Amino acid sequence: MLRYSKIFVFLLCLWPLCSIIYQIFYNKLGAEPVDKIINHFGEWTLILIFLTLSMSPLKKITNSTIWIKYRRMLGLFVFFYASIHLLSYVGLDYRFDFQPIVNDVLKKKFVFVGFAAWLLLIPLAITSSNQMMRILKNNWKKIHRLIYVIAIFGVLHFIWLSKTIFFKPLVFLVILIILLLFRVNLKKSDNKI
Amino acid sequence: MKISSRQITPEKIYKNRRKFIKQLGLTSSVFYFAPELFGTANASNKLTEYKYITTYNNYYEFGTGKNHPVERSQNFITDPWSVTIDGEVEKKITLSMDDMKKMFPAEERIYRLRCVEGWSMVIPWLGFPLNKLLKKANPTSKAKFVRFESILDPEQMIGQRYPILDWPYKEGLRIDEAMHPLTIMVTGLYGKELPNQNGSPIRLMVPWKYGFKSAKAIVRISFVEKMPTTSWMKASPREYGFYSNVNPNVDHPRWSQATERVIGEGIMSPRIPTLMYNGYEEEVAYLYKDMDLRKYY
Repeated sequence: MLRYSKIFVFLLCLWPLCSIIYQIFYNKLGAEPVDKIINHFGEWTLILIFLTLSMSPLKKITNSTIWIKYRRMLGLFVFFYASIHLLSYVGLDYRFDFQPIVNDVLKKKFVFVGFAAWLLLIPLAITSSNQMMRILKNNWKKIHRLIYVIAIFGVLHFIWLSKTIFFKPLVFLVILIILLLFRVNLKKSDNKI
Repeated sequence: MKISSRQITPEKIYKNRRKFIKQLGLTSSVFYFAPELFGTANASNKLTEYKYITTYNNYYEFGTGKNHPVERSQNFITDPWSVTIDGEVEKKITLSMDDMKKMFPAEERIYRLRCVEGWSMVIPWLGFPLNKLLKKANPTSKAKFVRFESILDPEQMIGQRYPILDWPYKEGLRIDEAMHPLTIMVTGLYGKELPNQNGSPIRLMVPWKYGFKSAKAIVRISFVEKMPTTSWMKASPREYGFYSNVNPNVDHPRWSQATERVIGEGIMSPRIPTLMYNGYEEEVAYLYKDMDLRKYY
């Protein structure tokens, strides 16, 4: 049963990729297609970060450990979409012209935090296997707490690229705060026990 | 420099448009366009398709999405409409749209529009030089700046119900910028009436400045002594200055302004370099001679 549900979640996670391929193929991306592709993957990266971060609160709320079984896959999809997001910025938007890209990374804070978040995802993706969990033991948990930093960087990346204070980045910020507050509460209740 | 739009417009479209404009009874047309456009192959001056010009808009009065203006502005009432010219003038005047259309025959102007967000379009506007309108009002010697105010109508404009910007939208120009022959009041595009989402019935167009300087749906123009504070300056003074001239060498604090993406060009087209004063350097550079453009951004 779990196997089938995992396959189902896997296919569901491929939806953002399929929908953009469809839109490219049928020319439905509108006036600024490159921008739309980059934003699409960026937004889905953030959504998948939120889903990954929702699993342990859901475990507490529903008293079921089933949620944790999907967490690794969701986390790897975060890396997958973040990488496509980066690749579409580097390749489609800047044609692998690295000089302006390096300039942006160093000088523009929204590019900097976005790039930093992607770099921080790499160790998490590398250490995602069962074997690495065994080798790293307690350190594994410490390393994977980087996801909180990544989530904060990701939302800042979204807020800072907007022309003024926009609705959508604010919604993302509120979701992030709620998900982080769960952690604070979880820890507090743990201490009481 | 003036050039015929024949050089930058496919012949067939050009001819059709001439015919169309003649049918509208518009005669004198002047075409201004930055003639020299860098070596890049894709950096053509091809007109942006009508569908993109009219569906991809920044007009926060109707919402912050690019699709919001076209979706939410179709019932916006633009008739009757009048523009008041007041402030440091000998006599305050109010002109209706009909008055202005009679007084100032429309000419076609093909301009590149460069958005501060880093994209551009090439748009055939219909309009008349702002200086013709301003001269009707006889400004006093105190007048140093011109302040533009757009309509305030939260009933019809859903975006104005939220404090996205300081409503009504306010913009401003130095008096010499306002009197410059390239600065026009727009009443149409592609030989047709100006669609609501593009700022109907009357808007400003200052081609060497970032798009947000060209206020839409204007109801009031005031001559003032001191530099007016615009809505964008109020929203973020560090990011949006009074001048906001297109300048590839002065970045927005959060993103680069060195290049721009041409709207409607498909996913395989590269960015093109942004030109000083959006390509109108020859015509306008003298206005900013001896000014530190990093300070007066």
